[in-house]
Amino acid sequence: MRLVVREEIPKWTGPAAIAVAVAITVAITAVPIRIAGANPVAAFERYLITPLSSMSSIYEVMLTATPLLFTGMAVAIAFRAGYWNIGAEGQFLVGAIGATAVGINLPNLPAAVALPLGMAMGAVGGLIWSVVPAWLKRHGGIDEVVTTLLLNPVALLLVQGLLNGPWRNPETGFTDSARIGTGYDLPALIPGTRVHWGFGIAIIIIIISGIVLTRTATGMRIKAAGQSPHTAEFSGIKVGVLQWRAALISGAIAGMGGASQVMGVQHQLTFGISTNYGYTGVIVATLAGLSAVGVALVAGLLGTIGVGAQNVSLVLQVPTQLGAMFSALLMLAVLSMVTLRRFKVRWRAER
Amino acid sequence: MTSGDRSLLALENITKRYGDLVANDDVNLEVAPGEVVSMLGENGAGKSTLMKITYGLVRADKGTVRVNGEEIDLKSPRDAMAAGIGMVTQEFSLVETMTVAENIALSGVGLGRVDPADLRERVLEVMDRVGVHLPPDQIVGALSIGERQRVEIIKALFHDCKVLILDEPTAVLTPQDIEALFKTIRRLRDDNLGVLFVSHKLREVAEISNRVVVLRHGRMVANKPIEETTAQSLAALMMGVTPDTTTAGDTPLAAVDPRAVSKTAEARQEVQTAKSLLTIKDLSVEKGGIKALDSINLTVHAGQILGLAGISGNGQSQLVDVLSGTLPTSAGQISVENVDITDSNVTERLRAGLGRLTEDRRGTTFAKMSVEHNLVVEDLHKFRRTGMLDRKAIRRHANELIEKFAIKAKPSDAVGSLSGGNIQKVLLARALHRDPKVLIAAQPTRGLDIGTTGYVHEQLRDRAAQGAGVLLISEDLDELRALADRIAVIFRGTIVGELDVADATAERLGIMMTGGEEAA
Amino acid sequence: MTINILALIGATLTIATPLIWAAVGEVIIEKTGILNLGIEGTMYAGAFVGFVAAHRSGSVWVGLGAAIIAGIIAGLAMGLFAVTLGLNQHVSGLGITLLLIAACDFVFRLLYSGERPSLTRKFDVWFSGNDVFGQHWLTYVAFLVLAPLAWWLMRSSGMGYRLHAVGESFEAAEVAGISVNRTRYAALAVGGAMMAVGGAFITLAMLGTFTLQITGGRGWVCIALVIFARWRIWPAVGGALLFAVVNALQLQLAITPLFSDIPREIMLALPYLAVIIALTVWGRKVRYPSTYLQAYRRA
Repeated sequence: MRLVVREEIPKWTGPAAIAVAVAITVAITAVPIRIAGANPVAAFERYLITPLSSMSSIYEVMLTATPLLFTGMAVAIAFRAGYWNIGAEGQFLVGAIGATAVGINLPNLPAAVALPLGMAMGAVGGLIWSVVPAWLKRHGGIDEVVTTLLLNPVALLLVQGLLNGPWRNPETGFTDSARIGTGYDLPALIPGTRVHWGFGIAIIIIIISGIVLTRTATGMRIKAAGQSPHTAEFSGIKVGVLQWRAALISGAIAGMGGASQVMGVQHQLTFGISTNYGYTGVIVATLAGLSAVGVALVAGLLGTIGVGAQNVSLVLQVPTQLGAMFSALLMLAVLSMVTLRRFKVRWRAER
Repeated sequence: MTSGDRSLLALENITKRYGDLVANDDVNLEVAPGEVVSMLGENGAGKSTLMKITYGLVRADKGTVRVNGEEIDLKSPRDAMAAGIGMVTQEFSLVETMTVAENIALSGVGLGRVDPADLRERVLEVMDRVGVHLPPDQIVGALSIGERQRVEIIKALFHDCKVLILDEPTAVLTPQDIEALFKTIRRLRDDNLGVLFVSHKLREVAEISNRVVVLRHGRMVANKPIEETTAQSLAALMMGVTPDTTTAGDTPLAAVDPRAVSKTAEARQEVQTAKSLLTIKDLSVEKGGIKALDSINLTVHAGQILGLAGISGNGQSQLVDVLSGTLPTSAGQISVENVDITDSNVTERLRAGLGRLTEDRRGTTFAKMSVEHNLVVEDLHKFRRTGMLDRKAIRRHANELIEKFAIKAKPSDAVGSLSGGNIQKVLLARALHRDPKVLIAAQPTRGLDIGTTGYVHEQLRDRAAQGAGVLLISEDLDELRALADRIAVIFRGTIVGELDVADATAERLGIMMTGGEEAA
Repeated sequence: MTINILALIGATLTIATPLIWAAVGEVIIEKTGILNLGIEGTMYAGAFVGFVAAHRSGSVWVGLGAAIIAGIIAGLAMGLFAVTLGLNQHVSGLGITLLLIAACDFVFRLLYSGERPSLTRKFDVWFSGNDVFGQHWLTYVAFLVLAPLAWWLMRSSGMGYRLHAVGESFEAAEVAGISVNRTRYAALAVGGAMMAVGGAFITLAMLGTFTLQITGGRGWVCIALVIFARWRIWPAVGGALLFAVVNALQLQLAITPLFSDIPREIMLALPYLAVIIALTVWGRKVRYPSTYLQAYRRA
C-alpha cells in the first residue's frame, strides 16, 4: 500500500473523515463490549444517547465534563504555543492539594473569602508544578515533554504521602483528608443539581481563552510561535517568553481544575481525585484541534461517554475503562482519518 | 535515435506527471562510455525529476531505463547502484555526524558487521583511482562544501559505477573547486565512464561536454554534439524563444548583462558621498568558541546597492542573522542611519528602518497561516482596535499589497500553498511596505523563475533609486555584477576586499572568494 | 545505621533491569528520529499480557512470548500512526499509552474483578541466596547480552549505520537505498518487544502478580534516560542504575530506624527527582537526532 498526496482536498471529506473515524472507533470497541458479555448496540445507546436523553443526566454530563474543560483548555493553550505540557495530570493534582491545604487549615472562612482563596490556591498549585519544567526549558533548553511527564508520578506520590501522613482523616482514620470548610464549597450553578460553579468558571476561562487566542495580537503571536518558533523569532516574537507564560497559565488552569474538583465535588482530597483528567486533557485538546470552542464540545462528548460508562458498568457489567479506551481510540482514529484525507491510497504503484 | 547497443545508459519514453504538471514528457536519452552528456534547462524544466527517476528515487509513470541494453527495474536507489548508476545529488545526501568512510560505505552495508580496517582500505583505493584524497576518519560535518562533493563522487564510484550523474554540481563551488571537479570528470571520462552533467551554466557545458541535451517544460527540445551548438542557440532553446527575438525588449538574458544596467562611474562616485544608511563596524560573532564573523566593516550608502560575494558557508548566514536580530553580537557596532541597533531586538530594528529578505524563504514565512496574516505578523501592534485585532484593516492591507506586488494569491490562502516566486513576493511586500531605509537581501532570486527574478531585481533597483541602501548578498556573480555598485567579498568570516563593480571581474572575485589574494 | 551494601547492589541490579530493557529499546527507536511515548503503555501491556498468559497457561515462558508479541504489535501500531500516516509523534505515542493502559485495566477487571491473582511459579533466580548474584536470568541477559550487543550493533554493524543514517538525514538514507520507513518500522518492532520484556520482567520475575498502575511512570523515566544518555547505550544503562540505586536505597532506609520516619512517598519520589536533576546537569542543550519528530514521505 502506498499513500499518494492529493493535490486538492475536497471539502466534503472533512465531515466524512470524522464520521468514518467514529464508525471505526465504535466498531473496534464493540469487540471488548461483546467480550464483556454485553450487547454492543444496547451498550452504545447507553454510552452516547442515554446520558443526553434526560435533563438530570445532562446535568451529570456537565459535572463529568467540568474537570476535562479545565485540563483540555490548559493543554490546548500550551500546545498552541508549541510547549508540550503533558503534565496537566500533576498540575491538576497539586492544584487539588493547594485548595485542600487552605480548606482544611482555615476551615471557618466565609464563602466570600474562601471561594476565591481556594480557587487561587488551586491555580498557585498548578503553577508551582509547571514552573520547574518551564524554567528548565527556557534556561536550560531541557525538553519539557520529559520533565512534565516525570512530575506526574511525583505529584501522585505527593497526594498519597499527604493522605497517608499528615492529612489522614482524623475522624475515620481512612486515607482521605478531612472535609474542607463549608465556606469552600462551590455553590450549585443550577439550583437543585450537582452542577457547581466550577463548570461556570471553566466556561468563562474557555470564552476568555477563545477570544484571546483568535482575536488578539497575543493570540496570533502564540499561534505563530507554535507553528514555527524560528520564523516567529525572526518576526520579532519573543517565543521563549510566550512559551514560558503559556506554560504557567496552562499549569494554573489545570490546577484550578483540581481545586474545582475538591471544592465542587469531593469536598476533601482523595487518592482518586483525578481519574487521568490531565492525560485525558491531551485527548480533549487534540480532538478539539486546539481551539477553545472545540475543547468545550469535546469535553462535552467525553463527559457524555464518561456518564455512559458508569451506567453501562452498573447495568451491563462492562468495566468503566471502556470509556477511556473509546476516547483514546477516537483521538487516534480522528487524527488518522483527517490525515488520510490528504492522500489517495494506491495499492500498487503502476508502471 | 541510435540503437541501444553501444549506449551505456538509455532512457526510453520516460513520462512523469504530478497532477496536472507534466514533469517529464516522453524523454529519450542515451549516454555512451567515455562520453560526457550535459543536460541544460531552466529551473522547473524537469531535469531533477528525470535524474531522480534514473536513480530510482522517483518512479516514472511510463518508460524504461536500460543499462548496457538491459532493462532495469528501479524500485530504489539500490537497484540503480546495482546496475552501475551513481549519482551526486544537488543537495548533498551525507550524514554529517558520520565519518567520510562511513558515509561512503553507507549504501553498501548489509545488516551485519562492518570491518573498519577493510573499509578504510577500500575507500583509499577508490580515492587513488579518482585522484582525490580526503582523510577517511574525518567527520563530514567538518568538511567544506567542495570536499563534501568529493565525498559524494567517491561514494558513487565505490560501487563500480559505469554512469555517473552529477546534478548541478557546480552551483555551490568556487571557480577553483569547479576546475578540480572538471579535472576529475575528465579523468573518469578517460576511464570510459559515462557522465551525465546537469547544469544551467552554458560556459561550463561548453567546456566539459561532448554532447548537449536541452529540456524545456519536461520535453527534450535539443540533442546535439557540442560542436554544433552556440551559446545563443542553447540559451534560446532553454528559454523557449527563437534566437532572433532574444534581443527584443526586456528579455531575461539582458537582465543579467552587467553593461545593460550598471550606473556610470560618475553616478557611482556620487553615491559614495551620499549619507551612510547602514554602518557595520568591527562586527564579530562568536559561537561555541568559533568566530563565525571576525571584525566585519561594511557601509551601505543611500542610493547604493552594495554586493557581498562569497561561497556559501563563509559567514553570510550569520551576518544576515546578526543584522536581522536573531543572533547576538559578540563585538562591534551596527547602526541604521544614526541609530545604534547593535543590542536592539527585532521589532526595534524594523522600526529603525531595517528591511530583510533572507535566503530561507520558507523559514521566514508561516506555511499554515494565511497570506494576510503573514503580511502583518511583524507589525501586529499597528492593527489593533480596543485590544482586538482589526480584521478589516488586515484584509484591506493585504489586498493593497497583493495588488501592488502582483502576488498571485487570495488574502486567505495559506502561504504554504504558494509557489516559491509568490512567497518571495509576499516577503518583498512585507519588507518593503514599511519603506525601509536599508534592505538586506540574501540570495533573493535563488530558485526563482526568470520572470520573478527580473521582478525582484527591478524592485531592488527601484529601492536604491528612491534613496534606500541595499545590501545584496549573493553567490551569483552575474547577479552581483548586474545590480551592485560595489562588491565586497567575504571569506571565512572576514571581508577580504571591496571592489568597484567595474574592477570586479569574475576571475578576480573568484580568487578573493577563496582567500587567494587580499585586494585593498 | 547499617546499610547492607551487597543487598543494595543486588536490589539495584534487579530494579534497573526493566529500565535497561525498555531504555535500550527506546534508544534504538529514537536513533531513527522517532520519539515513542507509547513506551509506558507498551511496558504496561508487556507486564499485563505476560502475567495473564503465564497465569492462564501456567508457564512463564508462554507469558514472556506473549508479552514480546504484544510489544511488537504496540511498536507496529506506533509505526502506523507516526511513520505511515505521519501524525504528531507526541500525540500518537501518548494515545497508544492511554489506549493500552485502559485496555489492560479493562481486561484485568473482566478476568479478575476483586481478586488478587498471583503466579504459582515466577522465573527462577540464579545463584539464589547470594545478595549480589542472586538474580533472574533476564537481569543477566540485560547486562551481559542486551546492552553490549546493542552497543556493538550501533557502533560497528550495518544495522547501526542504517539507524544512524535514518535518524540524521532522510535523503542520505534513501539515496543509499536504505528505506527510511522500513527501518523505522523495524526499530519500532524490535524496540517495542524490548519494552514489553522490561514490563514482563516486573510481573514474571520481580512480583509474580499484576496490580493496576504497576509500571508507575517507569516508561517516562526511560524517555528521560535516553535524552540524558544522548542516545548512547552505556550512559543509558548508567542512568538506569542511578534511578535503581536511589530506589533500592529507599527500600533499605525504610527499615532503618533513623530514616523510617520519613514518609515512604517522599523516598519513592526521590528516584524521579534524581532523574530530573541528572537531566538538568547532563541533559542541557543536547543535540537531538536531526530527523527527530519528523515524518518522511517519499516523493
